[in-house]
Amino acid sequence: MVAIAEAAAPTAGDRRQRARRTTLGLMVLTLVAAWASLATGAAEVSLAEALGRLARGEPLTLHQQVVLMDIRLPRLATGLLVGAALAVSGAVMQGLFRNPLADPGLVGVGAGAGLGAVTAIVLGGFLPASLAALTGTYTVPIAAFLGGWAATLILYRVSTRAGRTSVATMLLAGIALGALAGAATGLLVYVADDQQLRDLTFWGLGSLAGASWTKLAVAGPIMLTAMAGTLWLARGLNGLALGEAAAAHMGIAVQRMKNLAILAVAGATGAAVAVSGGIGFVGIVVPHLLRLATGPDHRFLLPNAALLGASLLVGADILSRSVIAPAELPIGIVTALLGAPVFLWILLRRRGVLDL
Amino acid sequence: MRALRLAALAALLAAPLAAEPAQRVLSVGGAVTETVFALGAGDRVVARDTTSTWPPEVEDLPDVGYVRRLSPEGVLSVAPDLILAEEGAGPPETVRILEAAEIPFVTIPDATDAAGVAAKIEAVGAALGLEERAADLAAEVQAEIAAIEERSAGVERPARVLFLLSAEGGRLLASGTETAADAMIRLAGGANAVTGFTGYKPLTDEAVLAAAPDVVLMMEGRAEGHGGSGVLSHPALAATPAGRDGRLVEMNGLYLLGFGPRTAQAVADLHRALYPGEG
Repeated sequence: MVAIAEAAAPTAGDRRQRARRTTLGLMVLTLVAAWASLATGAAEVSLAEALGRLARGEPLTLHQQVVLMDIRLPRLATGLLVGAALAVSGAVMQGLFRNPLADPGLVGVGAGAGLGAVTAIVLGGFLPASLAALTGTYTVPIAAFLGGWAATLILYRVSTRAGRTSVATMLLAGIALGALAGAATGLLVYVADDQQLRDLTFWGLGSLAGASWTKLAVAGPIMLTAMAGTLWLARGLNGLALGEAAAAHMGIAVQRMKNLAILAVAGATGAAVAVSGGIGFVGIVVPHLLRLATGPDHRFLLPNAALLGASLLVGADILSRSVIAPAELPIGIVTALLGAPVFLWILLRRRGVLDL
Repeated sequence: MRALRLAALAALLAAPLAAEPAQRVLSVGGAVTETVFALGAGDRVVARDTTSTWPPEVEDLPDVGYVRRLSPEGVLSVAPDLILAEEGAGPPETVRILEAAEIPFVTIPDATDAAGVAAKIEAVGAALGLEERAADLAAEVQAEIAAIEERSAGVERPARVLFLLSAEGGRLLASGTETAADAMIRLAGGANAVTGFTGYKPLTDEAVLAAAPDVVLMMEGRAEGHGGSGVLSHPALAATPAGRDGRLVEMNGLYLLGFGPRTAQAVADLHRALYPGEG
């Protein structure tokens, strides 16, 4: 279907209309996914009955309260936010680097966040008691966020000279930084004890199982702010697609736009990794699918990526907790199983375009 | 249907308040589950975790996942009125939600010696309202372990035992001190061949030679995949006394390292495997 539409060489108006229809469709999809996520799960609870109680002004039973309000709702909210944050980060990164394979994982942001989390898990016991008591359950998310942030800052310093950021240097520095963070993580894994090792393994696979209102209160605002920030980036990223010089000629403050983009990606990815661990493929598959369907215009790509990323991750989460219920699969396994074949299919279809 | 659900819910809510012992037990942790069944309360267990594999009939019960990665909704779905969990069960987020749901959550302490095993059995017994039976079983197990320890103390030249957690890809992950494996080796009258570190760490080939084990000890199923002749064909291991004499001992992981009610038998089995000449 996409191939036929492309053969007909749509005008800009057609594309815009199609993008709007897609946005509408994705909104419906997100709502359906959200409803399905609230309605399904291992525990026996009737969503309709609970809503009826709320409508009549009666309090929920303890069972309904715990299952719906303490387990499924924070999990749904986390899934929506993390999915949207990862997909938008991927889309922004690919626009910024003008490289279809760019992904927050690639420039070391994910690796930095991972190093932060591993440090917190392994060395958390050495924290002064007062500090440990203060941060408590937030230690790992905060450390992950700081790690991602630090990685982005270092990256930025290395690749910026005289106020100009070299994208090529940044890409290479990102690979070096990723390797460095990987090595430091490996070193910490070596000193970790048995229990910490098991925590690390599961953390690495990613999961929404630990979702809670308290975690969301820390990471949610960061992800929302970062995503809202990208709304100002769409025009700049469109200009950048023509090259930095062309973008500057179009009157875009290129350097300022790059700064904002880097900040947004660090915030969104760092916070997402902090609450859910490493979840792969959302940031790369979602933008690619949308570019195939509605073209590269960032004004539509970014909001659509947020919607598709959110519904995709919520859908993957439903699978992850129903396939082997009452146990659950780490969601990173589900997204990789769904995402990797789709990504390969995209590569095969667009082999000519992606020749690097 | 709805009435039934409400009734189940009412039962769920009433249980913690009543003095009646729990009737829907979720047992988390292999040794904890073994202990519940050894106390004759197996019919009260409604679900288990992935590490609970003994006695064989527990395999038919629903599995709520790995002990450290319990999903709160999965746990609630089996409607337990008591959760018995080994130390380290979690994650903390799940435990907090279960507390909010007012389901009693009892943590059973870990053990690596006879007194610890007895304390573990007594803790399970107290949670199930089977204090007397637990005291009997604890005393029995403690006496059994003491007897085998006495036999172990009589060993003149302790065998040097190397416990390998895994040998994946020729990379040997060995037990140092302060592990369940180290405790079992000592109880059985052996000497841990690796005492330079605590916990489980990868071992270099030279460290393997320096450790010079007489026996290699592994969990069942972990020694395969090394080309027919097994883990002992590893170049460094082959040059040790264990490799030369072909002495590899394999035991079930939960049986060997669980420190449950079968500890005394496991120690005796290991002792026999270490000193086959004793008869």
